[in-house]
Amino acid sequence: MEDLVDIVPMGEKAILLNFQPRINEELLEKILSLKSFLLDKLLKEEVEIINTYSSLLIKYPSPIKDIYGQISSLKKLVKVANIPLKTGKKIFHVPVCYDEQFALDMELLSNYNGLSREEIISLHTAPLYTVYFTGFLPGFLYLGGLNKTLQISRKEQPRLKVKKGAVGIGENQTGIYPKASPGGWQIIGNSPVQFFNKNAVPPCPISAGDKIKFHPISNKEYEEIFRSVEENTFTIKWEDYDS
Amino acid sequence: MTAEVEVLNPGIFSSVQDLGRFGFMAYGVSESGVMDSYAAQLANLLLKNPKDAAVLEVTLLGPKLQFSDFATIAITGGDLSPQINGKQVENNHILQLEAGDILSFGKRNIGCRAYLAIAGGFLTEKVFNSRSWYDGITSYCKLEKGMKLPYINSEQKEGSGHSSVKPGEYLTTSSIEAFPGPEFFLLEEQQKRQLQIQPFHIGKNNNRMGIQLADPLNNSLKPILTGPVLPGTVQLTPSGTLIVLMKDGQTTGGYPRILQLTEAGINSMAQKVMGDKIQFFLYDKEM
Repeated sequence: MEDLVDIVPMGEKAILLNFQPRINEELLEKILSLKSFLLDKLLKEEVEIINTYSSLLIKYPSPIKDIYGQISSLKKLVKVANIPLKTGKKIFHVPVCYDEQFALDMELLSNYNGLSREEIISLHTAPLYTVYFTGFLPGFLYLGGLNKTLQISRKEQPRLKVKKGAVGIGENQTGIYPKASPGGWQIIGNSPVQFFNKNAVPPCPISAGDKIKFHPISNKEYEEIFRSVEENTFTIKWEDYDS
Repeated sequence: MTAEVEVLNPGIFSSVQDLGRFGFMAYGVSESGVMDSYAAQLANLLLKNPKDAAVLEVTLLGPKLQFSDFATIAITGGDLSPQINGKQVENNHILQLEAGDILSFGKRNIGCRAYLAIAGGFLTEKVFNSRSWYDGITSYCKLEKGMKLPYINSEQKEGSGHSSVKPGEYLTTSSIEAFPGPEFFLLEEQQKRQLQIQPFHIGKNNNRMGIQLADPLNNSLKPILTGPVLPGTVQLTPSGTLIVLMKDGQTTGGYPRILQLTEAGINSMAQKVMGDKIQFFLYDKEM
């Protein structure tokens, strides 16, 4: 794997695989394939493996006996030439209401980039975003694919409380706050979908490698979906994705 | 038979914790669990509990608790002046309680956090395979007055009242063991030296998410592409603030990770309070 830079310990209970740092879909696919491969080989040890843009972290439940020995074994494992590309990706259709009651920073964004509200919504809902990983908060998805025209810096002073479901833009990223939280992103809408449900198995329906499409909905549709989510009768629309 | 501990006074910050959640980092769920796993495991060991039995972690000023029935307990970690019915008791001993007994805490003598273990463990809800309390995951995130924690009343055992251990110096040591972090090598030689020689002081932001150090480490490191972080990861911000992430910290971060504390380092940090002095002891590859 030519993108692999090094494999290093991260404390006593984890090993970090560092790849060339960049946000790139091909790299993500390679990383996720390697992750599946390693999980398969290391399953007996009950590890947990997570990815970010350009890393894989292998986490053990207790201190690793011979960490440098483990790293040597991993280096040998990774040298294996053919790791089949992981399949089983899905596209999720995420409804977003861009109405002014939710789009707190739409005017600010419009003034900044000179686009109309309709143009902004159009550019935000056009791409098929790639889910790189979940982090920061339970169910917070790191998405790639934001149109460059929509980029805008974070707020100098973050809001003390951003509403659950808020859809925002910060620098070159866009995403959804899965719960109310302090936040510095510019908010342009809200999604009634639950991105993290502690009572569901798995708690997050969307995972690394999946794709997301945003769909604009009206206030009325928002309320209907919101109620449906509360009553536990809502299922997010998805289909298989073949790249 | 299930008995209950009633919370008469919750203390400054008390929560039920076990050894944490494993297997949910991919969903962005923090590890949580006891801040000082050495103390917590010692308490469970004393009581012959499974090592992941849930304990009550108390901070600085501990709670006032009333036990509805017999109980066998042990208190470990920091010395927060525990008392049973107003009489001083010792850490690191097996203690027998009668129905109606009140456990309370007083002045902080050493450390920051103490652990109350009970025979059979506290039987609060499990979410994602762990009883560790965390806002948004478990129903409760900290003790409140009036709460009742279930436990199994245990009969007094003959001759078991005097088991005790003497823990090591980790409670008072200022030496915090660490490995270099993934971005340690990006520091200049002078900064690497400073990191190992200079004493740092615990700042006022000290909680289960992270501990900020008061003394800066000036640097010109660029932010990293968001990467994984763990309890014990020491981040360095552009303004020079060192943040030691702890058990409720986020799972990913964009600040350079310059150190990664060992388990012993994390346990020692868990016992530090504002103003305490620490010095990082860096392990190198040969060890």
